[in-house]
Amino acid sequence: MGDSAEEGLLSLAQRVVALAKPGEQIEVYASRLEEVDVRAFDGEIESLSSARTAGVGIRVVADGRQGFAYAGALEDSLIAATLADARDNATFATPDEYLGLAVPDGLEPVALDLWDPAIAAMPTTDKVQLALDLEKSVRGSDPRVQQVVSADYGDMQGESAIATSTGISATSRRTLCSLSVSVIAGDDTDRHTGVGFGFGRGPAALDPEAIADDAIERATRLIGAKKVKSSVCTVVLDRRVTSTLLAVIAGALSGEAVVKNRSMFAGRLGESVGVPELVLLDDPTDARSLGASSNDAEGLACRPNLLIDRGMLTRFVYDTTTARRAGTSSTGSAVRGGYATTPSAGCRAVSIAPGTLDQDGVLRAVGDGLFVQSVTGVHSGVNSVSGDFSVGVEGLLIRGGELAAPVQEVTIASTLQRMLMSLVVIGGDVEWLPGVAAAQTVAIDGMSLSGS
Amino acid sequence: MPETTTASEGALIDPDVMERVLGAALEKGGDFAEVFAEDRYATGAALDDGRVEELSSARDRGAGIRVVLGETTGFAHTADLTESGLIAAARAAAAVARDGGPVSVVPFESNRAVRELRVNEVEKSRKIELLARADEAARSIAGSVKQVSASYGDSRRRVLIATSDGLLVSDATIRTRFGVSCVAIGDTGMQTGHESVARTIGFELFDDTDVEDLARVAARRAVTKLSARPAPSGELPLVIASGSGGILFHEACGHGLEADHIVKDASAYAGRLGELVASPLVTLVDDGTVGTEWGTFGIDDEGNHAQRNVLIDHGVLTSYMWDKLRARKEGRTSSGNGRRQSYRHLPMVRMTNTFITNGSDDPEAIVADTPSGVYVARLGGGQVNTATGDFVFGTTEAYLIENGKITEPLRDANLIGNGPEVLSRIDAVAGDFDMCPGTCGKDGQSVPVGCGQPTLRITAVTIGGTAGG
Repeated sequence: MGDSAEEGLLSLAQRVVALAKPGEQIEVYASRLEEVDVRAFDGEIESLSSARTAGVGIRVVADGRQGFAYAGALEDSLIAATLADARDNATFATPDEYLGLAVPDGLEPVALDLWDPAIAAMPTTDKVQLALDLEKSVRGSDPRVQQVVSADYGDMQGESAIATSTGISATSRRTLCSLSVSVIAGDDTDRHTGVGFGFGRGPAALDPEAIADDAIERATRLIGAKKVKSSVCTVVLDRRVTSTLLAVIAGALSGEAVVKNRSMFAGRLGESVGVPELVLLDDPTDARSLGASSNDAEGLACRPNLLIDRGMLTRFVYDTTTARRAGTSSTGSAVRGGYATTPSAGCRAVSIAPGTLDQDGVLRAVGDGLFVQSVTGVHSGVNSVSGDFSVGVEGLLIRGGELAAPVQEVTIASTLQRMLMSLVVIGGDVEWLPGVAAAQTVAIDGMSLSGS
Repeated sequence: MPETTTASEGALIDPDVMERVLGAALEKGGDFAEVFAEDRYATGAALDDGRVEELSSARDRGAGIRVVLGETTGFAHTADLTESGLIAAARAAAAVARDGGPVSVVPFESNRAVRELRVNEVEKSRKIELLARADEAARSIAGSVKQVSASYGDSRRRVLIATSDGLLVSDATIRTRFGVSCVAIGDTGMQTGHESVARTIGFELFDDTDVEDLARVAARRAVTKLSARPAPSGELPLVIASGSGGILFHEACGHGLEADHIVKDASAYAGRLGELVASPLVTLVDDGTVGTEWGTFGIDDEGNHAQRNVLIDHGVLTSYMWDKLRARKEGRTSSGNGRRQSYRHLPMVRMTNTFITNGSDDPEAIVADTPSGVYVARLGGGQVNTATGDFVFGTTEAYLIENGKITEPLRDANLIGNGPEVLSRIDAVAGDFDMCPGTCGKDGQSVPVGCGQPTLRITAVTIGGTAGG
């Protein structure tokens, strides 16, 4: 795949857009994806998958009504049927004065190089070897490691184009690869799991040794973990746990959630929602972020959006329609889950302005508390409307600024509103991950720990 | 559109083409090859903020091809169902087999169709009318109901599976779902409520499902929580109402009984067949044949008929769930649990409808016999670490039990426990069995499942609230 394929998607999109009738707006989003996934187990390739997929999503807006349809292929006959479906679907929606496609707003997109040609150049056998080598290195590493459940290498090369009858025309392309390993450590009566992973735009960014060490450390340091007594304590969130937490908070900062009364931040612009040290930025134009993008999902330029400034709620992120509904303009924040969904408003590259301490420094600053290595039940126990927060935790006690006894089968609980007002330390150890938010260690005061 | 019966006609791929594609998949050797072809058409309608925001339609068609050689699986998929497109995918899947000579393909025994696709085309306006009725019913519950979203979805899926063992089988499945989510706003902040129905049938789902009832349940759930107090923190007895509590067993032990975890010794239940792993009151069944439940199907995604499998019989572990690959390895047959999200995914061991069977206790007596604890009327979802058996699940409607009576509503919280431990702490099981639909995610793939149980009590579970300690 290269420039010519990318242009192919754009001309396909433009060809369909040209079919717009008077009074009708059409948006066509077309994408192509090439993926390789390798899983190694017990010295063998467990599975090797290769895939090329493509699809098209079509929005039609007519008389203030929207219809959508998609197809998981780019054949002309399917595209014609999909356009017909979208047009028919539009006739059944409720007219909405705010509805409409994006129109160019004059802001030039920031040019970003998100494509590493090394992924296409790398032979599949080398990708397989990466997974096999990682599995082998962990299997022979530590007598406490009982099982290496799997070692996985995966990569993708994705290209997309968007065109509208309102003058939008944009393309983008990106690569991403990942390497991970999942281990079980301990003995038959006391088993613990640890996952190590790394991401990059190309294979050179992957560090197999660090990934292996991370998985082994996470599993082995939990050996002997016990439930502890319930208490109220300070927790230090491992940076990847913070990334999960920030993604939930970013969801509540979506203009879509706000205008529909589905966000704990609705009506709170200009109010203090966090500690004065909290500065929260969504900046998709920062190429360090693996969520970076030149254009949003409606084809407008992405731009930095300051969401919380020194604890004060300063901005929500909007796509075109939700912005109109809120009486403002798009913040270039349309996101979509590929060709199969319509755009909505969301963040791509959220991070907290970093402090100065690394993870050890944060532990020392806290002194006593609970270090949260991983959380479970985020989808069932965290509610970005009510703010209720309750998750399962594995981790270690913090005693005298050092990691101490391991802990399992406990929960931590609070509300998201209270947690933002109780951030006592913000770490400086930012790690850029794919998905909505970066990872960094933070400490939060006054959490309810439930155990025995 | 008139109400007629239509379907996309004809075989997805001609049997002769299938045979040649399987031949190409095994031309460099291999133990087994399979072509899974799928044709899916889905429609959806969503109402939000008082408006029908969107109707959507989806067309998806393609084939996934796998080649198995020893412990290794090669997989490729394509949306190009021409012979040349399929052969290119077959050769990509065969990349894992490079040393052997060609392996012959067993001629197909018969072209067996499990079910034909019979669809009653339903006018889109009837789907929208359901949404509007749900919106109105939810808002009628209280002025505090400030937001309602309702969604309708249906899908028709035809599959054709051919293997180098001589299997050629086709099937068709129709699924329909409807859900309502509400936000209530009061002095204490905002609260949410959700309720849904989903079955493996067409629009006749609504012959005996009242969407207004469904909407009122969702709205009441949100409104009730406006006056809820924080959930307790610590270990307490738990009574779980029949139906959605089945998710607990899906997480607490279902996943741990999937053979892919067992053969890797990555489950707390590995090597424990014949042992007492739960209270003798517990009989756990996985059954893909139950009526029109959400996890019901004709054949699994490897061509095996859906089955009823008793996993735990009166507390004793009796069997695991198997797909073709893991069953082959152990020299046994699949239990009909090989499922995949779509042709783009490899099949793996998945649950169907997983439930605890009826006991003999009276549900009201169980509550009356609990001096203090928590009554869970609705569970939201959960997550398990199969290797350790530790799981969490979230409540979306729960109450305090005080002096044997259900009293004050509680805010949402997660509960945490260890599967084998919690199963041994079940000391009462009622006879009021019910089921509910869910979506199960595993290794990046989602499939529809059913969960169920009668009202039951667990003597102690850790509740992750903020009150007390």
